[in-house]
Amino acid sequence: MNNKAKTAAFTGLCIALALVLAYVEVLLPPLFPAIPGVKMGLPNIVIVFLLYRRGGVTAATVSLLRVVLVTLLFGNAMAFFYSLAGGALSLVLMLLLRRLDLLSPVGVSVAGGVAHNVGQILTAMLLLDTTELGYYLAVLIVSGVVAGVFVGLCGALLIKKVPEKLIHNGK
Amino acid sequence: MKKRHLRGDILLIGGLLLAAAIAFACVFLLRGDGDSVRVTVDGELYGVYALSQDVTVDIRTADGEANNRLVIRDGKAQVETATCPDGICAAHYPIFRDGESIVCLPNRVVITVVTAQSGDAPDVIA
Ligand SMILES: [Zn+2]
Repeated sequence: MNNKAKTAAFTGLCIALALVLAYVEVLLPPLFPAIPGVKMGLPNIVIVFLLYRRGGVTAATVSLLRVVLVTLLFGNAMAFFYSLAGGALSLVLMLLLRRLDLLSPVGVSVAGGVAHNVGQILTAMLLLDTTELGYYLAVLIVSGVVAGVFVGLCGALLIKKVPEKLIHNGK
Repeated sequence: MKKRHLRGDILLIGGLLLAAAIAFACVFLLRGDGDSVRVTVDGELYGVYALSQDVTVDIRTADGEANNRLVIRDGKAQVETATCPDGICAAHYPIFRDGESIVCLPNRVVITVVTAQSGDAPDVIA
């Protein structure tokens, strides 16, 4: 198998994994039923892993395709824009923080998780009045931190344990 | 784990939690004014009174005894006199922000500020 084919296969595998995690998340009961957009962000485990072991391009590809596919499978058009805004903000921030090298993968994941939640709510902001917004923001930040720590620990484990051979073509 | 990373993580998480705490505080401090108070006795709705009109209400129990006197003045509600032994409800500061409440545990009276848009439309103004 040549390198290109292997890259495509690997990326596809990661997207499939992210989708499975997104599906698991759909099955789990919502953390805060009253507030849409509060999720564990389990697919982010894959994104964080890719960010460290494979680089930004693959991470961005998987992130984007995940949002598209999750919308097609479980979501609706409105949710697509929320997810896209959240996903993009989260990814850009994590790329930046990864480069700055001030945080561990857990910290990067926490920042990404909070950015994801906040990005979603900023998109939906027009629907909320101001006092609610403060409350939503607080809940989204705290839940983003908790989820981010969990996701980051899972990601850090993968970053450490997954053998190099599986990711790059025997380089 | 590198020391620099650990410090960064702690600063990040601490900062975020601080931001969340500030956002929560803002919700309480900047909470909007309500437009009426809802009174319940023993969990049952007793009445809803608009804050815009000065009024005095004797909240009575089922046996007709007046236990707490609710006074609405200048857009604020307070309990003026009460028969309860602790007198906590009568000592409570006047309430007017959405969600604020005065509770009289001995008499099982709860007075809560609500807004019409929060679902409890005051269509039963007494
Ligand atoms: Zn009392």
